[in-house]
Amino acid sequence: MTVLFTVLSLSFLATILAGIVVVADYKLNNYGVCKIDINDGTRSLEVNGGSSLLSSLASQKIFIPSACGGKATCGLCKVTLAESAGPVLPTEEPYLSAVEMESGVRLACQVKVKHDLKILIPEEFFNIRHFRTKVEEVKQLTHDIKQFRFRLLEPETIAFKAGQYVQIDSKPYDKVTEAVSRAYSISSVPSENNIIELIIRLVPGGICTTFMHQHVKEGDEITFAGPFGDFYLHEGGDELVFIAGGSGLAPIRSLVLDILEKNLDKKMKFFFGAVRRRDLYYYDFFRELEVKHDNFTYIPALSGAVPEDEWTGDEGLITDVVVRHVPDAEGRQAYLCGSPGMINACVQVLTKIGLPRDAIFFDEF
Amino acid sequence: MGSAPAISPFVIFLASIFSSNMVLSNFLGMCSFISVSSEYKTASGLGKAVALVMVFTTIINWLIYHYVMIPLGLDYLRFLIFIIVIAATVQIIEMVMDRYLTDLHMKLGIFLPLITVNCAILGISLFMVIRSYGFWQTLLFGLGSGLGWWLAIAALAAIREKMAGKELPRGLEGPAITFIITGIMALAFVGFSGIFVVM
Repeated sequence: MTVLFTVLSLSFLATILAGIVVVADYKLNNYGVCKIDINDGTRSLEVNGGSSLLSSLASQKIFIPSACGGKATCGLCKVTLAESAGPVLPTEEPYLSAVEMESGVRLACQVKVKHDLKILIPEEFFNIRHFRTKVEEVKQLTHDIKQFRFRLLEPETIAFKAGQYVQIDSKPYDKVTEAVSRAYSISSVPSENNIIELIIRLVPGGICTTFMHQHVKEGDEITFAGPFGDFYLHEGGDELVFIAGGSGLAPIRSLVLDILEKNLDKKMKFFFGAVRRRDLYYYDFFRELEVKHDNFTYIPALSGAVPEDEWTGDEGLITDVVVRHVPDAEGRQAYLCGSPGMINACVQVLTKIGLPRDAIFFDEF
Repeated sequence: MGSAPAISPFVIFLASIFSSNMVLSNFLGMCSFISVSSEYKTASGLGKAVALVMVFTTIINWLIYHYVMIPLGLDYLRFLIFIIVIAATVQIIEMVMDRYLTDLHMKLGIFLPLITVNCAILGISLFMVIRSYGFWQTLLFGLGSGLGWWLAIAALAAIREKMAGKELPRGLEGPAITFIITGIMALAFVGFSGIFVVM
């Protein structure tokens, strides 16, 4: 009897309090319909106030890049507010430079829509969509790298620039209860617009890579948002140097194939750094490409080859190999994709051999 | 402890700021006290938010305790009920602030969810029951304890700011030295006892 009474009275009290909170939320958090004007009238939206700018925009199918899902921990969802919407919050400070704060840049996840807002976002954000896809093929490329091919179900096609990335949504599995979204570069070509391919390396302990490697099978449904990123072919530079390591091959493959397909008049050298022979993948693919196209050269290099690898190609650190093949880089462009360590080393070496910093583009992960 | 001694609410107010300071004599609310005290500005913001929440929650808990829990004989549920009430109160305070006191919300808003789980807040409500305080005693007890918590964390942060960058033996860096400072501060605050007696 006492137990019953306790449970009942506790539940009753909790219900009343929850009711008060809900009513308060409804009354106090109701800001009516607010207008969001984007890029000086390019788009104008009407949303119900009270939510974050990020989720309000997402509800209108405008997706701002965000890897953390609105917790102010990734700093990606930057937008410019043409008119101030209150001071910068302490949660945003770590992600904004002094110049950005001065010019009204805020994190969209930390701005609450309370009144009409005027915002500026890069034009390409309009292009970002949320896709529903089916996993069509999973291929083991090396002992820890897999390639996934997704058929787009809804929308059925995607328009992206070679080199850009998408954000895959993981689902809870085993003991992981949260769903995260993580960025992976597209390795297929833009002309095949009804599929995308991603190359994903298994990171020990990685929430999303473990999900992709151990829990995704052919036929599964997966969602992602995209395309994002400014790692695509930039104007200028007739001779291009591509450098990649590990799964960094993905955007480079897309770029190279896109350039060859469009018959652009560019000379390309593709350096791929690995440790052992077993870490090389797409080897035959690029070798064949090299034979078919005079303007493309493929230079794989091993930093830790052992005798049973029977390796006759380049050896040593990728930076040394690049210098050996490109003694003078003036007038070229370089596109790098790999670990931060590899990128830093390459940027240092490339600037030393005459490449200005603004001709080096990279995608770090 | 026990039956209600007729302590003047004003004495309770002063005592809970100084000699019976929540942090320094009861060591309640330590986690945020240690972790959010490296910068004066932030610490002071948290202190203010704690003071605000303390006043509201103690009063509301007092009312609920005396007009709901006692008549229904639910005294034994006070831990659970107090916690739920605190959580709900913090939510509502945050919403009201967000709506009507935007500037204050910008400054204190991010601390409010943190405060829900600050044990000093629950501690106050439990003490007021144990010590059988009346309404005015409770009000000034909550207010005084809040101000005392604010004073303590602001003082600690000011000291830590002055010490930042000074060389310390390796084993004493970070939380270790903070605990030592807290200990010395607690000793200093004991010096206030005898001036006002509570309990």
